[in-house]
Amino acid sequence: MSLQLENVSRAVDGVDFIRDADLTFEAGSFNVLLGRTLAGKTSLMRLMAGLDKPDSGRILYNGEDVTGQSVRKRNVSMVYQQFINYPDLTVYENIATPLRLAKMNPEELDRRVQETAAMLHIENLLSRYPLELSGGQQQRTAMARALVKDATLILFDEPLVNLDYKLREDLRSELRQLFRERQCIAVYATTEANEALALGGTTTLLHEGRVVQSGPVAEVYRRPVNTLAAELFSEPPMNLLPGRVSQNSVIFGERTSHRLTRELGDLAEGEYLFGIRPSHVGLSPTGKHDLALEMEVELAEISGSETFLHAGNSDFDVVVQELGVHASEPGDPVKIYLPMNRLFVFDQHQALVHTPVDTGGGHG
Amino acid sequence: MAEITLRAMAHSYEKHPAGPGDYAIRQLDHIWERGGAYALLGPSGCGKSTMLNIISGLLAPSEGQVLFDGEPVNHLSPRERNIAQVFQFPVVYDSMTVYDNLAFPLRNSGLPGARIRERVNEIAEVLELEPLLRRKARNLTADEKQKVSMGRGLVREDVSAILFDEPLTVIDPQLKWKLRRKLKQIHEQFDITMIYVTHDQLEASTFADRIAVMYEGRIVQFGTPTELFENPNHTFVGFFIGSPGMNLMDVARCEGGVQFGATRFPLSEGLVKRLAETDSDNLRLGIRPEFIKLTEPAPDSCPAVVEDVEDLGTYQIVTARLEGQSIKVRVPEDTRVQREQEVHLHFPARWLKLYVDEYLVEEAP
Repeated sequence: MSLQLENVSRAVDGVDFIRDADLTFEAGSFNVLLGRTLAGKTSLMRLMAGLDKPDSGRILYNGEDVTGQSVRKRNVSMVYQQFINYPDLTVYENIATPLRLAKMNPEELDRRVQETAAMLHIENLLSRYPLELSGGQQQRTAMARALVKDATLILFDEPLVNLDYKLREDLRSELRQLFRERQCIAVYATTEANEALALGGTTTLLHEGRVVQSGPVAEVYRRPVNTLAAELFSEPPMNLLPGRVSQNSVIFGERTSHRLTRELGDLAEGEYLFGIRPSHVGLSPTGKHDLALEMEVELAEISGSETFLHAGNSDFDVVVQELGVHASEPGDPVKIYLPMNRLFVFDQHQALVHTPVDTGGGHG
Repeated sequence: MAEITLRAMAHSYEKHPAGPGDYAIRQLDHIWERGGAYALLGPSGCGKSTMLNIISGLLAPSEGQVLFDGEPVNHLSPRERNIAQVFQFPVVYDSMTVYDNLAFPLRNSGLPGARIRERVNEIAEVLELEPLLRRKARNLTADEKQKVSMGRGLVREDVSAILFDEPLTVIDPQLKWKLRRKLKQIHEQFDITMIYVTHDQLEASTFADRIAVMYEGRIVQFGTPTELFENPNHTFVGFFIGSPGMNLMDVARCEGGVQFGATRFPLSEGLVKRLAETDSDNLRLGIRPEFIKLTEPAPDSCPAVVEDVEDLGTYQIVTARLEGQSIKVRVPEDTRVQREQEVHLHFPARWLKLYVDEYLVEEAP
């Protein structure tokens, strides 16, 4: 089973919703669509489901053209942001709905409902009604309904966005487990880079209706094809510093000069953008090749277990991600260190020309 | 600006509460000091909205007293208390200009025109709304509207406190940090008592000097962000703060410490003494994923098997099975570790926390 989009485009009132999407999704794969609000995630999913028709291009299931086929003929389930359940049906009947429509025999139906409910930890709530449940339980019910039938394609449109972050953490790791053994195609839309990383699988970056990059999550994260991909797939966004290479030095901004070290490879003379992830910027030196910058604190954002320090000087603004809670006040002076071996380099067309040595876990 | 005291305060939505379960807020004493920047943090249903409504005057507590600078205010309205509120969704008059929106609360109070102008301009400058003063509010973006909402709260000089209820919900993620910075600046500049209600630890820890964590109608800890992270006073704080939260292991007493299955954790003499003072069997040992180390085999390390590895880009979360329980460990992005692999966990004594009946037990000072 595979789903293929061939140069699919769709515009509404002259505005591009999706432009030239060329993507393949394999059976048993978990695929994340990552992009900001209005990037085209929902539009793309509606095209995959058959809820909308493309203006041009083809949609193929197992090589068979289904472009004009309605959603009813396709075996698709969808989970939305809002918790959508039938309010006058019990949780049991909510989950059973797709099976009743398919006229499944009662024993098999009961077995499936119980099994799916147990998978989502709502087996004790089967006789309750949706409005008697918490938000997390309501969304689990909607997910159970999507999972109970053997859909070939399951679409999740930001399903966790209305839940608090502790519930999100739980459901996210459960989803990973659930899909490890299934043979369907799962597609999951999110605006959050960290969610895409946590879910794993394949990541497709979308921006203004276009596919920016698509591939295995670690590959897309570690080798962003351009600055846009780097910014979209980093939370907080990757720091980008303009600089100029001349002879054997790099001049960052107006005045900070640094020797062009081996780590940066062979860069021709010219203008570049140097990118570094907030987690690789430090408050203490890592080696003698660090670029040191005197800055002023703008804000310390504290996430509970990490600190995001926003700092700047007249040339640059930089975000530093530090483990632990580090209070500091706006206006405090701070010295920050950028290890040269962690720098991405983008050319004048914002395309990637140098990747830092891969230091990832390497477990794929 | 006021000091806000809650004295033996409790609230039940039931007419005749039968037991503790009927209370949205269980009896508590609490002081919000004058000029402090506070957050009220907890999951939905913990009582934080009830607490906020009691402070603002939208709700009178069923028991106890609310005092502003020592004066009981139980039955005064938000207006009479001079409380300003900023809600999830911006409250602005769409048909008015930004200037008129900001001036509105002052015109109502009969302030002279020159003083109103001065004050509106001052607030507009702080909030960087000056270029928008002549614009109609309906044409503003969500974050601009929310700044106008804040401005309407700040503009009155006699305000006793500003309460924020999840004020950044509708703001674009990329703009949130700028508004967070703005809020901090405002607090420093105006020195007003501010209470910020949220379920988001990032919002709470960035804004507040001290955070009240609420759980099941109680404030289970009132502390700085560092204290909540390094020394959670209650297992719920350990779980709720941090992603993922604290590992909690059910343990039993043993000679000189506690044991988790066959794994023994020696405790300091002081803690052993404290442990002897209670006969509760609800004993848990907590440690945050950030503080556990993967090490070479050593006398004080515990062998465990890796169940799962989550690559989160800047770090990895390793789930390892120890004595039948899953333990989460945060490791650097360049550590090579795989599923099914045997690893050795080291639990630094300094970061192991003992909980009896869910509350932290520390050595007697």
